[in-house]
Amino acid sequence: MTPVPAGIVVVGASLAGLRGAEALRRAGYDGPLTLVGAEPHRPYDRPPLSKHVLAGELAADATRLPELADLGARWRLGSPAVALDRAARTLRLADGSALAYEALLIATGAEARPWPAETGGGLAGIFTLRGRDDAAALRDALVAGPRQVLIVGGGLIGCEAASCLRDLGLPVTLVDPNSAPLARGLGTFVGGVIAECLRASGATFRPGTTVRAFEGDAAGHVARARLADGSTIETNLVIAALGATRATGWLRGAGLRADAGGVTCDAACRVLDAEGAPCPDIYAAGDVARWPIPLYDNRLIAVEHWGNAVEQAAHAARNMLAGPGDQRPYAHLPAFWSSQFGINIKLVGLPEGADSVAVVQGSRASRRFLAVYGRGGRSVAAVSFDQARWLPAYAEAVTAGDPFPPITDATDRPRVEIAAPGFPPPRRPAPTRPPAETVHV
Amino acid sequence: MSDDALFAAVMDPANRADPYPLYARLRRRPVSPQRDGSYVVSSHAAIRSLLFDPRLSSEDLPPPRRPRTGNPLKDLILNPIKNRISATHRPLIFRDPPDHDRLRSLVMREFSIARVQALRPRIAQEVDGLIDACRARREVCLVSDLSYPLPVTVICELLGVPREDEPRFQAWATQLATAVEPDARHDDATRRQIVGAFDDIAAYMRDLIREKRRRPADDMLSGLAVPGPDGRKQMSDFDLLSTAVLLLVAGHETTVNLITNAMLTLLRHPEELERLKADPERAPRLIEEVLRYEPPVHFRTRKALGAIAVAGEMIPKGAPVVLLFAAANRDPDRFAAPDRFDPDRADIEHFGFGGGLHYCVGAPLARIEAEIALVALSRRLVAPRLVDDPPPYRPGASLRGPEQLRIGIDGIV
Repeated sequence: MTPVPAGIVVVGASLAGLRGAEALRRAGYDGPLTLVGAEPHRPYDRPPLSKHVLAGELAADATRLPELADLGARWRLGSPAVALDRAARTLRLADGSALAYEALLIATGAEARPWPAETGGGLAGIFTLRGRDDAAALRDALVAGPRQVLIVGGGLIGCEAASCLRDLGLPVTLVDPNSAPLARGLGTFVGGVIAECLRASGATFRPGTTVRAFEGDAAGHVARARLADGSTIETNLVIAALGATRATGWLRGAGLRADAGGVTCDAACRVLDAEGAPCPDIYAAGDVARWPIPLYDNRLIAVEHWGNAVEQAAHAARNMLAGPGDQRPYAHLPAFWSSQFGINIKLVGLPEGADSVAVVQGSRASRRFLAVYGRGGRSVAAVSFDQARWLPAYAEAVTAGDPFPPITDATDRPRVEIAAPGFPPPRRPAPTRPPAETVHV
Repeated sequence: MSDDALFAAVMDPANRADPYPLYARLRRRPVSPQRDGSYVVSSHAAIRSLLFDPRLSSEDLPPPRRPRTGNPLKDLILNPIKNRISATHRPLIFRDPPDHDRLRSLVMREFSIARVQALRPRIAQEVDGLIDACRARREVCLVSDLSYPLPVTVICELLGVPREDEPRFQAWATQLATAVEPDARHDDATRRQIVGAFDDIAAYMRDLIREKRRRPADDMLSGLAVPGPDGRKQMSDFDLLSTAVLLLVAGHETTVNLITNAMLTLLRHPEELERLKADPERAPRLIEEVLRYEPPVHFRTRKALGAIAVAGEMIPKGAPVVLLFAAANRDPDRFAAPDRFDPDRADIEHFGFGGGLHYCVGAPLARIEAEIALVALSRRLVAPRLVDDPPPYRPGASLRGPEQLRIGIDGIV
C-alpha cells in the first residue's frame, strides 16, 4: 500500500480550522489536506449557541457553517489530536492512529472552564456552554422548566444566557465576583449598564461574591449553591460561565511554547518552539493562538473572537504557502459583538489595561452610546451599545493611536466626562515565561 | 476649467444632460476642495467611509450663502436664533442622532414591508389607468402622463389621505417640487407660491391628523398619530406634520426621476426593453442598475462638525461636504465597466438610495412602483421610441431628472 502523502494537516475543525483550510485552497494549494476535529460534527458556528439556540429559535444542529464546495479535504472528526511528535512530523489521535504532516495549522481553540469536581462539579444539572452538544443539552434542560437557574460568571456567555433565559421567562440569578457584569472585558463603568439591564429584565444580580460550592440532592442533582458570603441559593440548573482555557493539553511534550493560555506565535502566526524560535512548518490561528500585537506594545494576546478566527486563519494559511522570506505580519484589531437584552454591543480594540473611559456619543442612561477607552493618553478601544454604525471611525482612531478621547466633534455628543473604566485586578498571575505579560480578551 | 470649479460646472444646467464626464474628472481627486469652500466627495470608498463618520452632520447645515437681510450685522444677530428654532422644526432628513433615530424608527415601523406590499394592487390599477388615458395618442410624455401623478397617489394611499382629496395633493406636490431644489433660483412670486403651498398642506395635515386621532385607520398617519404604548404622543405635532410633508415631498420627485430615468435608459437600450417585455422578472435587476447608472438623487450635502481626514485629504471643520453619490456609482475602482448599463452585473452596491443612517426609508416602495410601472410600459406601449434625446431636464442638479420625456408610440395595448 502506498502511503498517503502527508500534506497539510489542520488540527481543529471549527471556524478557524475551516476558514484556514479554505484559504489554503483559495490560494492555490492543491496537495493533501486533512482536518482533525475533536467533535464528531462538521464545523459549526458558535455565536448562535448562546442566543438563538438557547431561545429555541434555531436547533443546535442547524448551526453548521457553509463550506467551500470543492474543499477536497479528508475529515478526521470525533477523534482529537492527543500528541505531537515534531521530529517525526506526526500527530497521534485519540483513536490511536498516527497522522503524518508536512505542515501543521493549529486551530484547536479553547474549552469551557469546568466547575471543579471537588466543589460539586460532578452534579447533574450543571452545564457549560461552549459547543453544540452543550447548547443542545442546556436547551433540553431549559425546556423542562427549571425552578431556578443560577448563572455563575457575568462574562459575555453568562450575560447572553441570562438575557435569553429571561426572555424565556425563567427565574435567573447571576453571580459575579465584580461589581458589574462584563467587568473583565469592558470594565464596571460600561458593565454597569448591563447590570441595570439584568435587573430590569427581572433577573437577580448578585455582584461582588462567588460560589464556593454546589450541593446536590439524594439523586446527585444540583440543589443549592453555597456562596462566599455565607448565603445559599436554591437552584436546580446551573450554567458555569467561567471563561475558557486554550486547548493545548495535546501539545505537552511537543517542545512548543504552549500552556493553558495558548500557543505562542510570532507576528507571522508561526508557533514558537521552547527556545523561542519560530517553527517554519507549524502555524496557529484562532482562539488558541497568542501573538504580539504592535498596537498594544507587543503584548502577547489571544483573541477569542469570531472575526479573529476568520482573519488569522486566512493569514496563517497565506504565510504557510509563502516562502520564508515572505512571511507577513498579522495586523489585526481585536473586535467582538454580542447581543443581549435587546442591545447590540460591539467592541474594537483592547480595553484591558485602559486607565480611562469616556462616553463620546449618546448616553449610558439611554443604553445607546459609544464609549472610548484611553491608556496613557492614547485611544485604545471603543465599544458601542446600539451605535455600531459609528464604530469604524473609532476603529480608525484606535488603529492610528489617536489622542484620547478621539473625534471631538461628533453628532449626539454629550458633555464628555472622563471616568475610570473599573477593571478588576488580573485574575491570574502573569506566566513566568516567556512574556512579561499575557492578556486574554 | 480648473478643478476647484468642477462642482460649479455640475450645477450649471448646461451640463444637466450628461454630468458624468465632470464626475470622472472630480473622481481624479476623490475629495475635491472647491472654490466656495465645499468638498466634493466622488469615490465609492470615500463616500462609504464618510456615511459612517460621526462628524458629518445633516442638521447643522452650512448657513445660506446669501445673507437674508442684506445687513451682515443683523444676520449675525438674527440668524443664530432663527437657526436654532428651525433646527428643531426640521424633518428627519435634516436631523442628527438622537432625534433623527427616534423619528426614523417610528417611520420605519409604519413603513412595514407588509404595508408596502399591500399597495401593489392599488399601484397596478393606477398605472393601468394612467396608461389607458393615453389610448388615443401617438405620443406620450412619460413625466406628466405617468411618473408625476403616480407617486402622489401612492403616498396619499400610504398616509391615509382620503381619495377625494388627492387632486389637492397633486397640486401641492407640483408647487413644492421646486422648493426642494437646493439650487433653484426662485423669484418672489415662486417663493410666495411655495410658502403658500406649505401653509395649505400644513393646515390640511393638521385637520387630517386630528381626524386620524379620532378615528384611527390602518394607515401610516394613524399609526404615527395615535398614542404610543405608554399612552403618550409618539411624535410632537410638529414632527408629525414635518414627517408627513417630508414623505410627500421627498418621496415624490425622487420616484418621478426613478421611473423616468429607468424608461429613458431602456429606450436607449431597446434590447433591454424587449427582454423586460418577454420576462417581467428582470424588472428588479433593471431597476437596481438604473439606481446605479442614472440615480434619482445625485448628491446630498452635509457639514463637517470637525476636521476629517479621508482619502488623503483633510476636510476642515465647518466645511460643507457634498456626497456625490452618482459619481461613486460609476467609480471604476468599485465597478467593472462602470459606464456600461448592465442589468446583469452581480456587484451592484450602489448609492442610489443614499446610505448610512439617512438611507432612503421609502426604498422598498420606490422599487415596487418602478417595477410595476416599467413592466406595464414595456408591455403596453407599442413600438416606443424617444422623440428627443437627450430630453430637456429640470434645472436641479441633485434631484436630477427629465422635465419631459416624449415617447413616440404606435398605440397602446
